[in-house]
Amino acid sequence: MSVKIAAPPAAGIRRPPGRRRRRFQPAVAFLLPSGLILGVFIIFPIFQSLWMSLHAWRIGAQSQPWVGLDNYRRLLADPQFANALRVTLVFTLVSVVVLLVLGFLVAYWLQRTTRFSKILRSAYFFPTVVALSVIGIVWRFMLDPDIGLVAGIWKTFGLEPVAWLRSPELALPTVIAVGIWKSLGFTMILLLAGLQGVPEHLYEAAKLDGAGPWQQVRHVTLPSIRPALLFAAVILTIQSLQAFDLIYAMTAGGPLFSTETLVTFMYRQSFQNFDFGYGSAIAWALFIVIMIISALQLRLFRYNDVD
Amino acid sequence: MSTDRSAGVRLGRGLIWIAVVFGAVVAIVPFLWMLGGSFRPEADLFANPARIWPETWTLHGYQEIWRELPFLRLVANTFIFAGVTTILCLLFDSMAAYALSRLRFRGQNLAFWLVIATLMVPVQITLVPVFMTLFDLGWLDTYQGLIIPRATSAFGIFMLRQFFQSIPRELDEAARIDGAGHLRIYARIILPLAKPALATLAVLHFMNLWNDLLWPLVMTSSMEMRTLPAGLTLFGGQHVTDHAVLLAGATISLLPLAVAFFLAQKYFVRGVATTGLK
Repeated sequence: MSVKIAAPPAAGIRRPPGRRRRRFQPAVAFLLPSGLILGVFIIFPIFQSLWMSLHAWRIGAQSQPWVGLDNYRRLLADPQFANALRVTLVFTLVSVVVLLVLGFLVAYWLQRTTRFSKILRSAYFFPTVVALSVIGIVWRFMLDPDIGLVAGIWKTFGLEPVAWLRSPELALPTVIAVGIWKSLGFTMILLLAGLQGVPEHLYEAAKLDGAGPWQQVRHVTLPSIRPALLFAAVILTIQSLQAFDLIYAMTAGGPLFSTETLVTFMYRQSFQNFDFGYGSAIAWALFIVIMIISALQLRLFRYNDVD
Repeated sequence: MSTDRSAGVRLGRGLIWIAVVFGAVVAIVPFLWMLGGSFRPEADLFANPARIWPETWTLHGYQEIWRELPFLRLVANTFIFAGVTTILCLLFDSMAAYALSRLRFRGQNLAFWLVIATLMVPVQITLVPVFMTLFDLGWLDTYQGLIIPRATSAFGIFMLRQFFQSIPRELDEAARIDGAGHLRIYARIILPLAKPALATLAVLHFMNLWNDLLWPLVMTSSMEMRTLPAGLTLFGGQHVTDHAVLLAGATISLLPLAVAFFLAQKYFVRGVATTGLK
């Protein structure tokens, strides 16, 4: 960087009175841009959102009366919310479990760095770089019963083409599968970092004790990478609970709301129905779900530690 | 060891390798199919959907996309949104991180904890109020509305602060004795030493912003202000389109990141592994 930096204002010409004040000045300048943005666009809106969720806040309405917890009560009685919650939990549970298992297998197999394993890792990782929405568009065509590659391969086996995304039973499993396809490389990278940190002498010791490959995995690898597994599980869970882009691009929540997640539901209520009070309540429900599940995961892993 | 057993082991290993290689192929094939499909006329696809590569070629998709969408505008918007926001983020995040790691001031711990706390709150919570604030400011559907609320990130501040902490303080102490002020220490000592962390963060921010859908979808309304993910997704949802047009758009939209990925893969891997991934 060859930017010329202006000399700092000459200190000592005029010092503001008091030592504290003088020390306070540079901090204000350095923190100002970030502080302003975080304050106006994140911290204040958090309270605003809570406030709005306690009002009947609709765009275009004459007034926004206080309704207390009505939006939350409505949420609990709303079958659409129950549906979105169920879809989100299924999406998350299946995605996270399958990703951890497959991600571990791939990472374990490719942990030694050779030229060949590096190429394979890059291939697995590549979908991570691409926008979920673009992946959604591509897969929508891939899964098209007339022109899609999947249907083409399907037909070469003599099977009837299936409209995966147009079936209320198949759409969710299909979207989950594409999500797993996209995140496998990401999971692999998270676990790879853990695997490469397992000290070689542990394996040597296990071998001396006569442990076969399976026993080494069970008694050396898995216990050693528990922190990486926990980290991956928590991150993947939070991501899955917030699933939106892929689903919006592939099915927009349909058919018949069979792929509607909490965030697509929130998006619909907030920015299509412009029911901001209700939309805010959904967002807080999402936050609560994330907190509960993350806490459970941390708990679960800690309990296992005692064994 | 009996030869029987080692033959079995070798067979097992062979099968696992085949599965792992097959998985890697599955990870890449959809992108090849997308690239091929963007050049294929409809009849070619219908005739044999099991093929990945075109038999007859057409530029139809790449010609139509400019006509059916303000596509150049979408590309420019995405570059402006992701590029300017990334630069501002690096500047503001590193300034805040400098204050949190190198200055002493009242409320320092509180400021740090506020940053951590905002990391835990999902963006969906702030979406509606920010939409209203931008509406009040008249910033909906503008560049400043897209960029400024995203021009700092709690994750970036946190990550850089941790990195700055690892830079030995003797270095700034020596500079201070030479009469350097904070601005000079920040710009001449800390930033150059933090280049690897800044590069990783830059790649991560750029990738997340380039790919983001929900934010530009909510904060813009005219096609003229959309980014590629939002524009293409909406376009794909509204029209029963020609596959070639959308696949051409998808191909162009992932081109910059794909090129960057091949040139600087380690930064992507490092960035994603530290996980400020959304």
